[in-house]
Amino acid sequence: MSVFEGLRFRRVSSPIHRLDPRVKFFYVCVLFVITIMFGGTINNPELLPLIVLFFIQIPFVLAAGVKREWARSMRGAAFLVAFIFAFNFIFRYIYGNYESFALLLEYSFAMALRFLVLVESFSIFFLTTSPDHLGLALEQTHVPYEFCFAFTTAVRFVPVLAEEAQTIMDAQKARGLELERGNFIKRIKNYIPLLIPLIVNAIRRSLELAEAMESRAWGATEKRTNLYVLTLKNSDYILVVLSVLMLILAVYVRLLPPVPPLTVLLRI
Amino acid sequence: MIEVKDVSFTYPNDVEALHGVSLKIQDGEFVAIMGQNGAGKTTLVKHFNGLLKPTKGEVVVDGVNTTKASVATLSRKVGFVFQNPDHQLFCETVKDEIAFALKNFGFKENTIKKRVTWALNLLDLKKYRKTSPFMLSGGERKRVALASVLAWNPKVIILDEPTIGQDQKQKDRLRQFINQLITQGKTVVIVTHDVEFVAECNPKIVLMANGKILAEGSAKQILTNRYLLTQASIVLPQIAQIFTGLADLGLPIDVINVHEAKKVLLDFMEVNS
Repeated sequence: MSVFEGLRFRRVSSPIHRLDPRVKFFYVCVLFVITIMFGGTINNPELLPLIVLFFIQIPFVLAAGVKREWARSMRGAAFLVAFIFAFNFIFRYIYGNYESFALLLEYSFAMALRFLVLVESFSIFFLTTSPDHLGLALEQTHVPYEFCFAFTTAVRFVPVLAEEAQTIMDAQKARGLELERGNFIKRIKNYIPLLIPLIVNAIRRSLELAEAMESRAWGATEKRTNLYVLTLKNSDYILVVLSVLMLILAVYVRLLPPVPPLTVLLRI
Repeated sequence: MIEVKDVSFTYPNDVEALHGVSLKIQDGEFVAIMGQNGAGKTTLVKHFNGLLKPTKGEVVVDGVNTTKASVATLSRKVGFVFQNPDHQLFCETVKDEIAFALKNFGFKENTIKKRVTWALNLLDLKKYRKTSPFMLSGGERKRVALASVLAWNPKVIILDEPTIGQDQKQKDRLRQFINQLITQGKTVVIVTHDVEFVAECNPKIVLMANGKILAEGSAKQILTNRYLLTQASIVLPQIAQIFTGLADLGLPIDVINVHEAKKVLLDFMEVNS
């Protein structure tokens, strides 16, 4: 659950929170593309650019004041990162054909860090963008309103469902349910008493919500207007320019000089 | 006996819900925990069966420290009926629903059968034995939830907001039912805002506000103390409001329920005529 904890939005104001969600999304996409571009091969791992990508995002975290939440999402991702590292390391080791042990280590580390950078950028995006803004951004990019509404509602109900799941778990524990008891099949079966009430309540709630929406004239007008309209500010343009520059630089580095492995640079 | 010794509790999101709470609940006692929303009532009772473990201090149930026992072990003694029955009902029939906890506690097959029949009769649910709990009305679902806890015959029964969404008839039945449990020697703890219900039941009251216990005492003492109740955002029961308003006539002010009010007024009229 802690990974999701790192994605949960808290309403605070900071220069990063005030950025246009579309621009932030563009920035995240650029980071995503760059991250995928680097990684290298077993005998020429590219750890250096990934380290740069990891640290380049720290100023954003600090400016947004979401250090704790960010750290929590990093901790939440730690298990998967360790898994990716171990997986790459073990299988590449078995497969052989690596030039040196240091390169093998660097390669596995690069693969794990690549995942961590992806988690980091998405975590920053979701930590600093309110669901309302996200919906607004979707709407202004001409996604039909029904879809935007469904999306924002779904996002908004995640914490409600999480809380409800906790209550249901408590209620069933109080009736002697022990989730950790029994063999593998039994353990899966143990979740039935949690899932059924959760699903039934979610369906009930969605029907109630639909009725409430309809009684408030949802969909009465074809053309809907918004109280808040997203407009690009100077800071948004700066981020767009920065993102484009980063992309250009990355493409340049990718195409022209080969990135030396850290192992070679440090002469290990 | 439940002993709460200087317990503080902080939720993972840093909300401090309880602040140095100490309380003793004797066997066979009937206690109502009252207070405004967010006063920490539910947080406190969730410590009684180990659903929450204190951040500071300790909770001891029948000599067992709750941090040293699982929820399942503690629940065998302390039955907890949640506010919303929809958070626990999941079986295909009412009968299975009641049997669920019994199976978890490892009762034998024929004991389970006996207990289920007993609980169905107790709460007048026999005719719904093979009905899906999801087809029942709100009040009936609440009764199924109650039956599913009483079935394993716990010593202590905790009812979280038992009167919410219940009509007067159901409330009267619930009151009679609680009285029945008390005469059987059970300890009953209710968490509620419903002053009128509490005034009619006449339990010991624990009044809470902002994660602390404001006062403990009989229903008469607490429910006629306007100063205390205001601090916990609770209004006096209607009968108490009338009697405090009529204090100048020489009527007693510590009258809280209808039955007693009627008697006091009849006596008063007799004396004055």
